[in-house]
Amino acid sequence: MAPAERIADAHPLDRLLRSDRLPHIWCPGCGLGPIMNCYVQAMLDSSIPLERHVIVSGIGCTGRVPGYVNIDSFHTTHGRAIPFATGLKLGNPDLEVTVFSGDGDLFAIGGNHILHAARRNIDLNVICVNNFNYGMTGGQLGPTTPRGAITSTTPYGNPEEALNLVHLMAALGAVYVARWSALHVRQLERSIARAFEKRGFTFIEVLSPCPVGFGRPNELGEGLDEMRLYRLECVVDDDADLADCAIDLRAHRPLVLGEFVDIERPVYGEWEA
Amino acid sequence: MTQKAPAVLTGRHFMNGDVACAEGALAAGCTFFAGYPITPSTEIAERMAQRLPEVGGIYIQMEDELASMNCVLGAAWAGRRAMTATSGPGFTLMQENIGLGIITETPCVVVNVQRGGPSTGLPTLPGQADVMQAKWGSHGDYEVIAYAPASPQEMFDLTVKAFNAADTYRLPVFVLADEVVGHMTERVVIPDASAIPRAERPQPPFPPGEGLLYQPLDGALVPPMPPVGEGYAIHATGLTHDERGYPATSAEVHDRLVRRLRDKILRNADRIIEYEEYLMDDADVCVVSFGSSARSARHAVNAARKRGIRAGLLRLITVWPFPGSHIAVLSERVKAFVVAELNLGQVETQVQRFSTRPVLGAHHGGGEMLTPEAVLNAIEEAS
Repeated sequence: MAPAERIADAHPLDRLLRSDRLPHIWCPGCGLGPIMNCYVQAMLDSSIPLERHVIVSGIGCTGRVPGYVNIDSFHTTHGRAIPFATGLKLGNPDLEVTVFSGDGDLFAIGGNHILHAARRNIDLNVICVNNFNYGMTGGQLGPTTPRGAITSTTPYGNPEEALNLVHLMAALGAVYVARWSALHVRQLERSIARAFEKRGFTFIEVLSPCPVGFGRPNELGEGLDEMRLYRLECVVDDDADLADCAIDLRAHRPLVLGEFVDIERPVYGEWEA
Repeated sequence: MTQKAPAVLTGRHFMNGDVACAEGALAAGCTFFAGYPITPSTEIAERMAQRLPEVGGIYIQMEDELASMNCVLGAAWAGRRAMTATSGPGFTLMQENIGLGIITETPCVVVNVQRGGPSTGLPTLPGQADVMQAKWGSHGDYEVIAYAPASPQEMFDLTVKAFNAADTYRLPVFVLADEVVGHMTERVVIPDASAIPRAERPQPPFPPGEGLLYQPLDGALVPPMPPVGEGYAIHATGLTHDERGYPATSAEVHDRLVRRLRDKILRNADRIIEYEEYLMDDADVCVVSFGSSARSARHAVNAARKRGIRAGLLRLITVWPFPGSHIAVLSERVKAFVVAELNLGQVETQVQRFSTRPVLGAHHGGGEMLTPEAVLNAIEEAS
């Protein structure tokens, strides 16, 4: 095949990406590209000036997202994106601060922080990319790994119950809770835009293929196969009972997506003692 | 919230060291405190919780010390003068993110009111055994600045200095206090607000979209720190990074970065290092001490003089960077050193590195103040 003819000098999103850092480090079939694209699009569509948007992450594959987005961006230590973002937001309330990190980062090592930030209703947006394992470290067990799944540290199958993230975050009082997959880009973009509008702690879980770290040992196929799984198995039910929304990719039970919570609650710092 | 009380409580006060530290922070323009209560530093948090809302600042009690340290770093990037206060075990929990502050060059102040350790150790009793933790507690190659106050007045004065050093050199700066000075109540004189010195963070000399954010300015080895929210598209990462701030995990870039992080402190050491000499002009025995132990050491020097021993005191005001070259110069003049400290010899090993003379330790593991008698005995042995 002949080399592709160059038909455009720039991508429409180039000014919001650090294009001098591309290509990115993520594996073929990873969901992070489309998810990052949704975030960038939602920023462009938001009424908030771009210079006021700030992105913060911990570490891991998802932790690398801030390095590719051309706004004020902070790549912090493992699990600590939320307290760092809390300081940023409280320090300068004019900023629109989004924590963009992975399930392991936010809910294992960072579990204590997300719990208290949601409880306090700090005005942050959290986008949690859930790929069911520790991808960058080599496909180990994480807090969202489904029971029975094979990872490099659970060669006989995971004996632990996985966290049901949306159920937990709703229980903690997050003012907006949604779940989409990396395939549901229109819905995800709208959800991120809604999170920008909301005052208070918002949480969006995005199911993402990890063909190398999680898909291969669990015989889920390539990234596209996992996307096909999302197309076949996902149902949108905004009114679902969140207690029933745990995820098991191998169980052939519906993967429930939707906007589950959209409420108002006093935001941290907005009341007088 | 509108300001209800002055940030600088100009006047003469009778207050304990922890409270004086909080007032020093406020006088320095600190408007953000994130912390987790731990004895014997708690009065700093309590005072800040009371005072920050009065001056339009923010106090938040975080869920743990890791969160506290990160919250302070975030607030510092948001443009605040920010600080936290803790004690040994909490300082340990902060160390990973002190490292993040070092590599992202984030100015802030960390107060450690030391107690006895390891582990829970002696929660309510004094120690000075975090000297090496302050220097080497986080992983990797780096240099730090640590002030060691010996009085409530110095808890005030050195906290102000810590904020200025943090902004000048862009790093977390430590106030390495101890339980004795934290809980000791003495007169503290707070000057007029106009007499409080104020250093500023180096600002980029170029507009957003131009220039390299991690390129040091004018050989000062300190890069500019642009404000967040003004379009500079800052990228700050705990990964080794190049002059753009982009991750660059090569040996060459890493060596260049850590060498600069080290050199920006060591090459400015003469400007940073502070000490006080007492009766050192003709001294045969130099007592090296810091913090509360220096008060006992001063008593011991006076007692030794009465017994005809020409003893003097070198009181370290900065324990880091360590005044090694000054120890080397003194070792040409004195016959011996005595190092008086509330640990089993952490500063003593530093003095040994630079001295050509015998070095004796006047030690106590912690739990009570070092007595003047213990120091005097060591002086007599050394003379």
